[in-house]
Amino acid sequence: MLPTPTVTADARPYWEGAAAGRLMLQRCTACAAVRFLPAYLCPACWSEGVEWFQASGQGRVATFAVVHRAPLPAFAEKVPYVVALIDLDEGPRMMSNILGEDALEVAIGDPVEVCFEERGEEGFKVPQFRRSAEGDAGKGEA
Amino acid sequence: MSAIGPNGNSLKNRVAIVGVGESEIGKVPHMTGLGLNAQAARRAAEDAGLKMGDIDGLLTAYSLTEPYFMLGTVLAEYLGLRPRFGASMVVGGATPAVMLGHAASAVATGQADTVLVVAGENRATGLTRDQAVQSLAAVGHPAFEFPYGPQIPAFYAMVARRYMHEYGTTREEMAAVAVRAREHALRHPNAHMKTPITTEDVLSSKPIADPLRMLDCCLISDAGGAFIVTTAERAADLKAPPVYLLGIGEHHTHEHISFAPSLTEFGARESSARAFAMAGLAPADVDFAELYDCFSIVPIISAEEIGLAQRGEGGKLFASGETAIEGRLPVNTHGGMMSHAHAGAAGGLFGIVEAVRQLRGNEGDRQVARRDVALVHNEGGVMSSHCTVLLGRQPA
Repeated sequence: MLPTPTVTADARPYWEGAAAGRLMLQRCTACAAVRFLPAYLCPACWSEGVEWFQASGQGRVATFAVVHRAPLPAFAEKVPYVVALIDLDEGPRMMSNILGEDALEVAIGDPVEVCFEERGEEGFKVPQFRRSAEGDAGKGEA
Repeated sequence: MSAIGPNGNSLKNRVAIVGVGESEIGKVPHMTGLGLNAQAARRAAEDAGLKMGDIDGLLTAYSLTEPYFMLGTVLAEYLGLRPRFGASMVVGGATPAVMLGHAASAVATGQADTVLVVAGENRATGLTRDQAVQSLAAVGHPAFEFPYGPQIPAFYAMVARRYMHEYGTTREEMAAVAVRAREHALRHPNAHMKTPITTEDVLSSKPIADPLRMLDCCLISDAGGAFIVTTAERAADLKAPPVYLLGIGEHHTHEHISFAPSLTEFGARESSARAFAMAGLAPADVDFAELYDCFSIVPIISAEEIGLAQRGEGGKLFASGETAIEGRLPVNTHGGMMSHAHAGAAGGLFGIVEAVRQLRGNEGDRQVARRDVALVHNEGGVMSSHCTVLLGRQPA
């Protein structure tokens, strides 16, 4: 079985959002900096003011690796698979797999859109990305 | 360079490395990790002409194979030491150079007279399956990286791909790093790897995390390494010629590659600038370098950040042959972690051991010609924590 993330108090709204099909990010209410890594304070200004908002789910591939040797038996049946860093349209960067039939054709700069993969207990979902058509961003159904 | 900050030169020329040692290396199933540490420590003390009673400080790192909570204290107990200065430190692969800085501060301020710095573990033969899974699970962020199935090579493969994309670094240039390391290891009597490799061998080795293949990756060894630090005054009376600490600097920018400020600019620029500022030296003064080489892309990037090559030209530096022992700027003269040994924090520690030996000048057909100033760079995490050290045969 594929591993499920450790859900911490910092990130609970992120995972609740994912379960509902929404990619959630934190924005600082003092300096407006958007962050991906959920945290108690803003790493740009140390303000404690924070709000969650739904991201567009659009981004581009900053870089990626194609994993041929799985780190755990659970991933062995998936090799080769793509692990990528996604630059979200809102600014922050996050890790994801690239899913879909054409995942192995991915290139740096490709537009991608969020989708959600069920993991572990029923209803729990992990944000994932798949390639989206250039200029078609935001129009497709996830 | 405004970010370099005041880096008092209070340690410059005041501290020396007076002994170095390495354990048996390779697959050493008859020894424990602690035993490898002890063997390296004893050899370093012999090298320095010191007795165990002379050592009043002990720093060590971490061990995946013997994951004690207080490894520094456990090791002191094992060695029969009761130090007045001691700790175990964890800054990943940067730990040995960082420990040198802490040991230097301790002897310079009188917290200890003689500090043993030792690290290593039996990673080749000492990991049970459960421990291996557990340690792998600790790689990457538990919530935002681990669920996507990366392994350590994948993190560095992502760095390599972005670097190739932006600067045109090639697979052949990266392979040259591995081939050169192997050539140097073949001249080292205690290196893990003993057979030559070619560029084609690297390019056709098993894919691990594309664009990295098996021979782009460091070894998994059983190994321990040690060095002994004391004041320059005390060093003058000891058996081995002292090697002086000329400069040292750190920089830490992130832990997880997902949250790195950049995928192509890392902390070696700042850590090396701090070391050069303390020493009053420049990259052109470096005679040879021991650069952390967990993956073939890493010394290429480090050489550029440190100023040993122009940005984007690091690959050419390695492919040109200039980093050979007979070249203009020998790099990883012992074979580095790709061919000499890699066992936790011992990997980077051997860069310090090798720099000391080369500065002393007795390494036979592995000996570099110019040997006044050595640079050692250690890196931990995924290009996360950096520490650069400048060592010299004479005070700077």
